[in-house]
Amino acid sequence: MDNLVFDTAHLLAGGLVLMSFVLLYQDRLYALLNIFALHAAILTLAVAWQAWFQHEPHLFVTAAIALGFKAIAIPLALRRIVARLGIHREVETVIGIGSTMLAGMALVALSMVVMLRVTAGAAPIAREDLAFALAVVLLGLLMMVTRRNAVSQIVGFMSMENGLVLAATGAKGMPLVVEISVAFSILIAFIVIGVFLFRIRERFDTVDIRALDRFRGERR
Amino acid sequence: MGVVLGLYCSGTLLLAAIAAVPLGRARLGSIAVYAACLAVSLVALINALAALLGLAPASDAVLPIGLPWLGAHFRLDPLAAFFLIVVDLGGAAASLFALGYGRHEPAPRRVLPFYAAFLAGMNLTVLADDAFSFLLSWEFMSLTSWALVMAHHRERDNARAGYVYLVMASFGTLALLLAFGLLAGPAGAYGFDAIRAAHPGETAVALVLILALLGAGSKAGLVPLHVWLPLAHPAAPSHVSALMSGVMTKVAIYGFVRIAFDLLGAPGWWAGMTVLVLGGITAVMGVLYALMEHDLKRLLAYHTVENIGIIFIGLGLSLAFRADGMILAAALALTAALFHVLNHSLFKSLLFLGSGAVLAATGERNMDRLGGLIRRMPRTAFAFLIGCVAISALPPLNGFVSEWLTFQAILLSPDLAQWGLRIASVSVGALLALSAALAAACFVKAYGISFLGRPRSESAARAREVDAWSTGTMILLAALCLLAGILPGFVIDALAPLARPLVGANLPAQSAMSWLTIVPIAASRSSYNGLLVFLFIASSGGLAAFAIHRLASRTLRRAPPWDCGFPEPSPFAQYSSVSFAQPIRRVFGSVVFRAREAVTMPAPGDARPALLAVTLRDPAWDAIVAPVARAVGFAAERMNYLQFLTIRRYLSLVFAALVAILLILAIWQ
Repeated sequence: MDNLVFDTAHLLAGGLVLMSFVLLYQDRLYALLNIFALHAAILTLAVAWQAWFQHEPHLFVTAAIALGFKAIAIPLALRRIVARLGIHREVETVIGIGSTMLAGMALVALSMVVMLRVTAGAAPIAREDLAFALAVVLLGLLMMVTRRNAVSQIVGFMSMENGLVLAATGAKGMPLVVEISVAFSILIAFIVIGVFLFRIRERFDTVDIRALDRFRGERR
Repeated sequence: MGVVLGLYCSGTLLLAAIAAVPLGRARLGSIAVYAACLAVSLVALINALAALLGLAPASDAVLPIGLPWLGAHFRLDPLAAFFLIVVDLGGAAASLFALGYGRHEPAPRRVLPFYAAFLAGMNLTVLADDAFSFLLSWEFMSLTSWALVMAHHRERDNARAGYVYLVMASFGTLALLLAFGLLAGPAGAYGFDAIRAAHPGETAVALVLILALLGAGSKAGLVPLHVWLPLAHPAAPSHVSALMSGVMTKVAIYGFVRIAFDLLGAPGWWAGMTVLVLGGITAVMGVLYALMEHDLKRLLAYHTVENIGIIFIGLGLSLAFRADGMILAAALALTAALFHVLNHSLFKSLLFLGSGAVLAATGERNMDRLGGLIRRMPRTAFAFLIGCVAISALPPLNGFVSEWLTFQAILLSPDLAQWGLRIASVSVGALLALSAALAAACFVKAYGISFLGRPRSESAARAREVDAWSTGTMILLAALCLLAGILPGFVIDALAPLARPLVGANLPAQSAMSWLTIVPIAASRSSYNGLLVFLFIASSGGLAAFAIHRLASRTLRRAPPWDCGFPEPSPFAQYSSVSFAQPIRRVFGSVVFRAREAVTMPAPGDARPALLAVTLRDPAWDAIVAPVARAVGFAAERMNYLQFLTIRRYLSLVFAALVAILLILAIWQ
């Protein structure tokens, strides 16, 4: 039974990392949003699994929040934004997909090395979870850095937050109120960014943030 | 009583600072604020005296403010009590002086709130018993004094003085912050008792000592960190200058003594050597700077640098003796340094208040536009003379006693174990002797040019004696200088409870000696009796004056017609401060300050006057401050690029920093 618990948790966390990689090489916005929904769905499963074997019923609430907001509501909303802005073809990467993937692999290796050493005393499940969670966070950050489109930057941000939630549920004893407030702040951030997207679009006829930079008269 | 009363006093001062904001507009507002400061300072002074003399036991208090797990600890032990006496005596004197002097203040609303808050900050710094409250009060003291420096911000050079002061004060606080961080260790034990109990390693001790020297030294004015002091101290209103020079530098000394003697355990002999050599250099450099100066307040500020050097010589000797186990000698050196702290606070306050009186009466700070004030302002001149004699370390005044004690400690240094220390302390002794002689020359110049001779400007000729509050304060301080000079045994005995916990011994009780003699080590070695010297000087001086007046003044004299240029009616035929300093400038200044004199002699028939221009370079500014400032400016110019990046670039920087930290973590472990 213990092996099954460990392996399933490992599988789900690994799946989250895999989905982060998949996010990295998408070049269509709709596909990106679909993968993001899948990312959140796997997070939901991972959290629910943690809730079940840790006997922590409040984690089911976290899982429900992940499913409701991140897997369904936000992707749908983003789809509508993309449709209304008519930008579904625009995913412009800064550096090539290949080198991004290579950088991503290096980041995963780095997070494994760091986390597995630092958490030498912790329970094996928590260790694996934390290592994968750090990898997801780093990959999300990498995505934000390597994309020019504001929508894909939002997706990178949200996937980064998914990594945080994974880490939080892996570490036992995280209070529910923290979970809810984190989820709520993500929602607020999403709303703010969404409003800004439309404002940017209104002003510049594009959501490519290079337009913003040009407007501010900045170097690149 | 004790620390609670001290805290109430500080709190009252803070309330007075708040009340001073509306009161500054009122007609009698400044009198009310200064009277309140005076009353509170007197209460705090009596409280501290009681604590030092052992009438009240050492007490501590915890306030539920500050860091939530720490609170704010305060404690009144003998060391804090002694420095509280210095602070509150200076505060009371400055407030009393300001009762009259404050009327000349053009913008009281810029001075009053910060004045009271500044007093509160200094009180709290000395009372603090944990690193957090200490640093907080220290920074509060710095900022309020900065605001006071900037009180007359429209005057020329004051803005620059304030800027340099702010930079140096921040640097000093940073150094102290790092020092306390090292002292607190990884567990973050910020209480002073926890720091005392911890035993840091040798490297940590060395680092803390150097950081404390940088932090407290930059506040006190240790060369080469003194550059702000002669700019900032004179820029403030004169009673605040007196506080900053006479008292705030002592709070910095307190910080150093607290760290180096109390909190740090026992640093090795090299610590004493470093402090000793720095003190010697500071003493000589300070007085040389002062000699080159012709602005009365700046001259006094440079003299503060010299006296800080003398105090640090005593502290360095004490550290060295303590490291070698000669605790009685360590107690002697420490007592000498602390005695000089008290003395300097007395006579430097007196002299700055005197310069304030001169400024109020004439509107001049440049000595070459003063002169002849002894006839126009006799009471100020008398008090200023006492201050000059005291700071020149002439018996029977107090400056002599503490410098004499320092020399006694230096004379014990041949018994030290290390050759380096022996040579260093003897050479520093020579430097100390040199600086004492130069200080006397400097104050002959300051007093002679400002108060003697004939007035060099219209405003000096029309000067009027200042009000009774001001002259009363100065005469009171002069009396205290004399009292500490002729009865030094009582001061030394009062310092005994300080020295014992810090170095493990104290000097033998002096009040038990016959005829008020002080015998620091043994009667066969050396002894000094201020009272006898005073009586001798007073009687012989009185007899000489009587004899001259009776026998010489009334007899007919034949005088030469050409009497040293004096019959020349122009006051410019007199000595000026620049010409007075010329011999010393030629001997020392050409090397130290790269002094150059350029004479412009007009051709015959040309009606222009001949010009003698003297240029001086400040070595500390040229060699240390200016390169550092250039480096910072260069780095800032390069970093400016970072201000105009895109959002994505900023994110990339964050990302890169995160990855770099993780990499370091991965490699390190």
